[in-house]
Amino acid sequence: MNLLSHSVLLPLAEGGASHAPVVAPDTAAGGVFDLLWLVIGLPLLGAFLLLGVAPFLRGSLKASVDKHGHLLGTATAVLSFVLSLVLFLSLLGRDAEERQVGQHLWTWFETGSLRVGMDLLYDPLAALFLLLITGVGSLIHVYAIGYMEHDPRRRRFFGYLNLFVAAMLTLILSANFVGLFLGWEGVGLASYLLIGFWQHKPSAAAAAKKAFVINRVGDIGLSLAIALMFATFGTTDFGGVSELAGEADQATLNALGLLLLLGACGKSAQVPLQAWLLDAMEGPTPVSALIHAATMVTAGVYLVVRSNFIYELTPVAQTAVVVVATVTLLWGAVLGCAKDDIKKALAGSTMSQIGYMMLAAGLGPVGYPFAIFHLLTHGFFKANMFLGAGSVMHGMNDDVDMRHYGALNKAMPVTFITFAMGYLAIIGFPGFSGFWSKDKIIESALADNLLVGLLALLGAGITAFYMTRLMLMTFFTSKRWEADVHPHESPKVMTVPLIVLAALSVLGGVLLLGDWIVTWLEPVTGHAEHHEPPLPAIVITLIITAVVALGVAAAWFLVGKREVPREAPQDVSFATRAARADLYGDAINDAVVVRPGVGLVGGLTAFDRGGVDGTVMGGAAALGGISTLLRRVQNGFVRSYALSLLGGALLVVLALLAVNLG
Amino acid sequence: MTQYVVLSAILFTIGCVGVLTRRNAIVVFMCVELMLNACNLAFVAFARQHGNLDGQITAFFVMVVAAAEVVIGLAIIMTIFRTRRSASVDDASLLKY
Repeated sequence: MNLLSHSVLLPLAEGGASHAPVVAPDTAAGGVFDLLWLVIGLPLLGAFLLLGVAPFLRGSLKASVDKHGHLLGTATAVLSFVLSLVLFLSLLGRDAEERQVGQHLWTWFETGSLRVGMDLLYDPLAALFLLLITGVGSLIHVYAIGYMEHDPRRRRFFGYLNLFVAAMLTLILSANFVGLFLGWEGVGLASYLLIGFWQHKPSAAAAAKKAFVINRVGDIGLSLAIALMFATFGTTDFGGVSELAGEADQATLNALGLLLLLGACGKSAQVPLQAWLLDAMEGPTPVSALIHAATMVTAGVYLVVRSNFIYELTPVAQTAVVVVATVTLLWGAVLGCAKDDIKKALAGSTMSQIGYMMLAAGLGPVGYPFAIFHLLTHGFFKANMFLGAGSVMHGMNDDVDMRHYGALNKAMPVTFITFAMGYLAIIGFPGFSGFWSKDKIIESALADNLLVGLLALLGAGITAFYMTRLMLMTFFTSKRWEADVHPHESPKVMTVPLIVLAALSVLGGVLLLGDWIVTWLEPVTGHAEHHEPPLPAIVITLIITAVVALGVAAAWFLVGKREVPREAPQDVSFATRAARADLYGDAINDAVVVRPGVGLVGGLTAFDRGGVDGTVMGGAAALGGISTLLRRVQNGFVRSYALSLLGGALLVVLALLAVNLG
Repeated sequence: MTQYVVLSAILFTIGCVGVLTRRNAIVVFMCVELMLNACNLAFVAFARQHGNLDGQITAFFVMVVAAAEVVIGLAIIMTIFRTRRSASVDDASLLKY
């Protein structure tokens, strides 16, 4: 408790000098920036042609589109990347104050005082994301040409991939929260379609549904936050909100921060909305690499960094971000240790690494650049490893169980070497990209709060352990292959993207040269006063490296030196069983949400049947019964009618008399 | 004056009871006519008492309507009798619940 009260609870306590800069997207556009919309437009066109037009073609044209559609999909992604590169270089040539470019496309809707434009905002943050999405995206498109070669629905797959890229770019480039939400939902849709791409597998269909439903919970948070912005500020433009945020009252800001965090948790698989990510590995491996490692799942981090003008003003929400992030980074790391499915182990690792990014994002302006830095390096090395895992699966008849691998370093040399680069990057081997980014995050965390910093350090150790375990079980130790498996290296179209990504994994650290990324992002995230860490930076680095070495050594002695059983041992400790069961994430969801939900629905249904239906149907039945009785009066005898006529007439006369006399 | 009204009331009651108790359609019909004429008597009597012609005119109207009604009514009774060989109002009780 003593540790906690230090400064996590009040990260802004001292001075409060670090105010988030106002977003001003109208800095002189023009020139090459007029083509900004095309970055989204190209993949969108590709998606439209592949999904909207191709199904209506007939005959040989259709056959040729089905056969060559992937080339179109890849071309749009690559062109988009080239354009992003040009835009980036143009932005690089400008002064720091002029690095925010806005483009107004059209007014999306306008009602009352509410006006939402299709506006784009291109600033240093968006520029980096654009490069990551289109760059890694293009490589994965290329890789998927080989990976999906024998799939009869390859054209559709590339259509979905293009749709995803377009939606993700919309998310990043939009200049207001409503446009961001459009992209947010778009990537959710694409993720759903791609996880369930092999829909003939019930597990894939279920995983897609699970991802969709859990994401809805987060989306509710984001949409409520947007509604709250409308109500409070009357606008959702980044510019307007960042200008007016200072005038809102504290409770509103806290609510905004927490709701945005809920949205981020859903999309980025942070505790408590983490359960969908491991199941999402049912999708084809390029999808796991692109959507569930490199780009989409990092949208939550983007949201927090982009909303820095809100988080700067709400220490409560910032603390919540840090807590969620710390829990998630350990949660994911523990999952990674227990999984035998290579993709699920990597997914646990993704969850954990996003935890690191969120942690950095929760630290305020000090952490934002490092969150983005780690996001980029992670995008490189995790995409690299996922594609490597896909290459391994490709050679092993789509078996994902690491207990059936072993000694693949000889059989797949290129995959092995590229994977090793990613491995060294993620554990933070000195000099590799992950070393720089993770080191900075742990250092900032230690400077901010000792407990959080130590937990992040522990996470680094566990990361080293599970990644070494994965590496050893896959590429070293003894052969445990299935009888009919003949591992072979993947084709060039798959290995070339691996090589490029491996190079990026190694060299990603150059972004930090001379604190380049910190200066670059300053117009977006604001200037940070540096907290002095409790120990000199070099000592912290040495400690981190030592902890990592410890993790690697532990894995070597526990996995590498022993015989790996082909079947997962069952007589294991409680901790292992818990980790294998996703730390009971599904059980918790089931107990906390699903069962009460089912109970509530059951109760409501019973009330509806008994109460509402009972009243309505009972009333109708009572009326019907009375009518049946009344019907008997119509007996067909004229004289009884005459009698009732007489009775009626008498009643009328009596009534008249009563009125007249009374 | 009173006698006229009392006679009218008696005639009306006789007609009324007749309508309610008799089964033969012709007799019921005659009783209806009796009630109408009892009303006519009352109209004329009150017209004389009030010294204006309203009641007398109404009586003429009632006669006209009664004549028309007789024409239609007797025709219906004839038809029923032809098809059912009976003029009892209780026999013609098909139109019911």
